[in-house]
Amino acid sequence: MNAILRAVFEPGFFTSAPVRGALLAGGMAALVSGIVGTFAVLRGQSYAGHALADISVTGGSASYLVGITPLWGFAGVGVVAAAAMDLIGVQRRRGRDLATGIVRGAGLGLAALFLYWGTASTSTTGATVTVLFGSIFTITGSTAAVAAVFAAAALGIVVVLYRPLLLSSASPDLAFARGVRVRATGALCLVAIALAVSLSALTIGAILSTALLVGPAAAALRLTSRPGLAVLWSAVLGLAATWLGVLLAYDSYYWPPVHQGWPVSFFVVALVLLFYLLSQFAALRPPGVRREAASARLTAARPDEAGA
Amino acid sequence: MLSGFMVNAWVVAGIVAVVAGAVGFFVVLRGSAFVADALPTGAFAGAAGASLIGVNTLAGVGVFAVLGALGIGWLGRRGRHDVATALTLVLMLGLGALFLSFSTQYAQEIYALLFGEVLGISSNEIAPVAVLGAVTVTALIVIYRPLLLTSAMPALAEARGVRAARVETLFLVLVALATSVALPVVGALLIFSLMIGPPAAARSFTDRPALAIGLSVVIALGTVWAAIAASYQTNWPVGFFVGALSAGWYTVGRIAAAWRRSRRRAAAREPGVHGRQTASVRV
Repeated sequence: MNAILRAVFEPGFFTSAPVRGALLAGGMAALVSGIVGTFAVLRGQSYAGHALADISVTGGSASYLVGITPLWGFAGVGVVAAAAMDLIGVQRRRGRDLATGIVRGAGLGLAALFLYWGTASTSTTGATVTVLFGSIFTITGSTAAVAAVFAAAALGIVVVLYRPLLLSSASPDLAFARGVRVRATGALCLVAIALAVSLSALTIGAILSTALLVGPAAAALRLTSRPGLAVLWSAVLGLAATWLGVLLAYDSYYWPPVHQGWPVSFFVVALVLLFYLLSQFAALRPPGVRREAASARLTAARPDEAGA
Repeated sequence: MLSGFMVNAWVVAGIVAVVAGAVGFFVVLRGSAFVADALPTGAFAGAAGASLIGVNTLAGVGVFAVLGALGIGWLGRRGRHDVATALTLVLMLGLGALFLSFSTQYAQEIYALLFGEVLGISSNEIAPVAVLGAVTVTALIVIYRPLLLTSAMPALAEARGVRAARVETLFLVLVALATSVALPVVGALLIFSLMIGPPAAARSFTDRPALAIGLSVVIALGTVWAAIAASYQTNWPVGFFVGALSAGWYTVGRIAAAWRRSRRRAAAREPGVHGRQTASVRV
């Protein structure tokens, strides 16, 4: 038994400080992304999430230039970009992807410039790779504290807006008729997505944080059609992917071809995708069960219960 | 600015602009911005993989882009389309992260793949890019009618017996080809700006599809060449200028569209021929 445990958890896994930091910060990012991501997928805003992740690269590279923790840049620029997307019209379904894409393109152009200035002036050549692919094992205590504040803010938005958010995702017209401020709700949801993405950008990297936002949530929404349960499943799956990813990355230190460990980001993404593909089999339930679930969903989204 | 290696940059960038401008028109028309974004970003992993096993970068990018297009088409038929796109994208990016960690490439080269590097183009790179570009444009001309029909009027296309799913897959492969042409020049993260900024602007200037494609190509050419010239002068990355100019074009397009709308409304208020003339079908 002990031998198996030792084979799974390489010696020093539980005592190493970087690993503990990675488990803590990664777990936090996964929880927030999983919960917020459920709404992103329900609202069909996977692309907005991805674009915000890409744009946070701009913030990350800018904070390298001025010499502050990348997290501030990730979150700050993410929130500004969320506001810009809302302003030029992400609320209309037709031109939405286009508006999102334009903001993303402009943001990435700036990122290219910042990274260029950064490498030209201080020759921190690692900045590009760190910003894009994350550095989960180098998270310090003070960064983790800031991350906790952002996580609380994102979760706070979701908890306070849970009902109106759900209603306006399911049926904007109905929500409007019930007096929900659909536009403000949508804008705050984008801000929550931006914060969630900035947390994952810190851990598994800006351009991969889409994985934690969309993957667990999409798998969870296949497993159950009840929104509350889906949020829970999504958080659990995200957490599992991240922690298993950290464990595998730690174990992979002695794996070929180069003996320096495989990247955490790769394992997390691969596990998220595996969960999504496996969820398809779980979704193949007898029709009776599914009908029951569908009626449960209708009850959950019924207008007289959704006090806005 | 016009000597030696710079000539290669002008020529290759011109090819890229023509392909991106033409394919981009359909990206904008179909509203498939996410796919046009995901394929180039993910194809970057192909470049990383190619350099790891020591084959041509263009081949790696092409293989990954086409596989990604087929993957999105396959997954998209079984679930939400945007989720399928996002997951295909992150899978490719995750592989990219893995390849990068295996290879001993310098951060500078990664940066060039992501954000573009026009100045390093040698003259024997022009031929493959030109061939790929010609193939893409030819394929676009061949499927022009069904593509236009399924984009603008899906119901009519179905009634005429056009297979929407097949056209969609073909279109994704076209985007993948355009990606392979453009990736080494403007970089994985910014091809997409070129594919939506100029076409979006062109669409707001005219309602006629053929004219819009032509205009889109012209604007894309202007954008890329201006970006290279500015990059040459300032030494700043090309990607920055492409992104900024594309966003600028989009803004101009939005203003033009708003102006045209208000004029149409004014014309509609006046009774008579004017109202009927301007109320043409918008494709």
